[in-house]
Amino acid sequence: MRNSKVVTLEEAIRRSGLHDGCTISFHHHFRGGDKVVNMVVDKLAEMGFKDLHLAASSLSDVHAPLIDHIRSGVITRISTSGLRGELATAISHGLLKEPVIFRSHGGRGSAIACGELPIDVAFLGASSADPLGNACGYSRSENAKSICGSLGYALPDARYAKHVVVITDDLVEYPNMPMSIAASDVESVVVVDSVGDSSKISSGAIRDSKNPRDILLAKQAAKVVINSGYFNDGFSIQTGTGGASLAVVKYIHESMLAKGIKASFALGGITAHMVKLHEEGLIGKLIDVQSFDKVAAESIKDDMFHQEVSAVDYASGVHKGSAVHALDIVILSALEVDVDFNVNVLVGSDGVIRGAIGGHQDTAADSALSIIVCPLLRGRIPCVVPRVTTLITPGKSVDVVVTEYGIAVNPARADIREKLEAAGLNIVDIHSLAAKAEAIIGKPDPLPFKERVVGIVMNRDGEVLDEIHEIE
Amino acid sequence: MMFVPGNNPGMMADAHIYGPDSIMLDLEDSVTMAEKDAARFLVHNALKSIEYGNTEMVVRINPLNTPYGRKDVEAVVKAGVDVIRMPKTETADEVRELEAEILKVEEEIGAVGRTQIMAAIESALGVVNAYDIATASKRMMGIALGAEDYSANLKTQRTPGGAELLLARETIVVAARAAGICCFDTVYSNLDDMDTFRAEVELIKSLGFDGKSIINPRQIEVVNEVFAPKPKDIEKARKIIAAIREAKEKGSGVIAVNGKMVDRPVVLRAERTIALAIASGIISEEEAL
Repeated sequence: MRNSKVVTLEEAIRRSGLHDGCTISFHHHFRGGDKVVNMVVDKLAEMGFKDLHLAASSLSDVHAPLIDHIRSGVITRISTSGLRGELATAISHGLLKEPVIFRSHGGRGSAIACGELPIDVAFLGASSADPLGNACGYSRSENAKSICGSLGYALPDARYAKHVVVITDDLVEYPNMPMSIAASDVESVVVVDSVGDSSKISSGAIRDSKNPRDILLAKQAAKVVINSGYFNDGFSIQTGTGGASLAVVKYIHESMLAKGIKASFALGGITAHMVKLHEEGLIGKLIDVQSFDKVAAESIKDDMFHQEVSAVDYASGVHKGSAVHALDIVILSALEVDVDFNVNVLVGSDGVIRGAIGGHQDTAADSALSIIVCPLLRGRIPCVVPRVTTLITPGKSVDVVVTEYGIAVNPARADIREKLEAAGLNIVDIHSLAAKAEAIIGKPDPLPFKERVVGIVMNRDGEVLDEIHEIE
Repeated sequence: MMFVPGNNPGMMADAHIYGPDSIMLDLEDSVTMAEKDAARFLVHNALKSIEYGNTEMVVRINPLNTPYGRKDVEAVVKAGVDVIRMPKTETADEVRELEAEILKVEEEIGAVGRTQIMAAIESALGVVNAYDIATASKRMMGIALGAEDYSANLKTQRTPGGAELLLARETIVVAARAAGICCFDTVYSNLDDMDTFRAEVELIKSLGFDGKSIINPRQIEVVNEVFAPKPKDIEKARKIIAAIREAKEKGSGVIAVNGKMVDRPVVLRAERTIALAIASGIISEEEAL
């Protein structure tokens, strides 16, 4: 068509004016199936670029090939919300000279919007795009291959990057509307065979956890929600996608039906569970920054009350308003919680990076009630500890911690404690949980951290919260 | 009663958090020969070091005619187990043999009479001898059906309706009641079929069993739901007990509630309903008054 922006990847890179030292950005909506990051960085390496700053919304196991690009000097800095797998392990052991900057999803969106994290070229994978660059995380064409649903984390990049390259495996006729990324923000469109492995982008149907510990934790968390004082008609909720978090929705669902209570909206990563409640009329609207499964990805395409939201509108702590400001209840997981209710979701108890901040800081800080669901023990690893290995979400944002050995309430929330006690829940002191974990498992040896800093954890408002040191 | 393999420290460490009435740590069928010694060591230490709270702790030992049985008895009695479950019990003599073995260890540690015995009946001969087994020792607290071995011994297999187990189940309930001890039904192992499991629990409750053996925490809720008295039964039981109290105060002999005469079996049933309601956490002891 006239004015088509479709070019090869190499041409798109050349036109972008990218040079050594620039910042390139990516989103992680294709999750474990992502092919865009590796494809683009391979090409940049081939074209001889060096000293690039890679700013992704998150990185996972599939990005292990970046290790070689770091060794060869193509990538010298990384900003992300999370790191997992071999890449995370290598960085924990000192692969990268510069520390990785970790931000929450809201924090990343704000940093991009405010110019604190300026992006030179954004390479944004899309499930469909037209020749002018109108792009979506779904497709209405018969050639749809890699469906991810919401493109919420990519929207700040699309809007604020100096140069935007959309990469798709489903080029559709103009106009690809309604669109997530608008042609007005896009310089080039690149068509490739595949942007992602659809089997690894999202799971299919709802799978209920059969793990008895998850079920126990979920039932306890549901009781906390139901008796918290926030479970009223018109309430709003966000949950994670772990086994226990998903199961919480099931038990809240039963109680909503029994009591005739409906939610006004569900927020965040949207799952098939949430879509089901929405379709049953129990949740008014779905505000979707990331669609976690195929059901959610299909729903966002067809349902006008299931809306995509950018990371900024989802969770910014510095803008004039974001969805988390209206959120009543959030249910989150944790790798570790300490006796001051501080939470770590990023660094394992072995000192190796193995997680993501995600929306943890944002939702915990701005919701009316934040509930952390966390087993006291994972195998031989204590999860309620005297002091978290790395501080991600400050304890002042955390209201309730649900474990299989009892529920701890932040002393600052005496109102909630009173309500939960009145409901007959097993409320315990968080110090006694830490003591119990230590009694069962023993006192772990201190971690062999070295001097060098390999990661810096930012708070959502841009202040430094903690440092992650190299581990032996 | 929840079965937990005695060679799985993770499961042993937190089995009690799911709230079973009793936990049976298994040294017998779920532990391979190569792991018998390690499992015995683990179970001994679990009993000594894990805070199981009010949960009744049972250990299923290996039969005394194997190289492991006596070592099992020594290890678990020394660790302070509440109940030893003897597998594949066929005669009263076997119970007495176990009793002597327990006594020997208890005397050594100065805790005579502490350990109770539960006998699992898992063969036709065991069913025939059920009453003798149930009355073989003062330590006998219950008998239980082990249906897998029993149905193999009968030369049949288990069916969803459980027709093949009917005589054994009824015999065990009758023997237990005659002996004044408890009786427990066998496990149901298909975790994906909660409907058949529920039907089986309803059946064995109506036959008179005190409880059901389970193999996964997910089964606890169903057993509790079936065994917990229904609100209308609790209300009726309260009325009966109140009427009895009133009648005693007045010195009246014959009592009627809602126009029906209340005789002794009705009173006993009412008392049992209230006791179960308290045990299930439906009402508190104060509310029962």
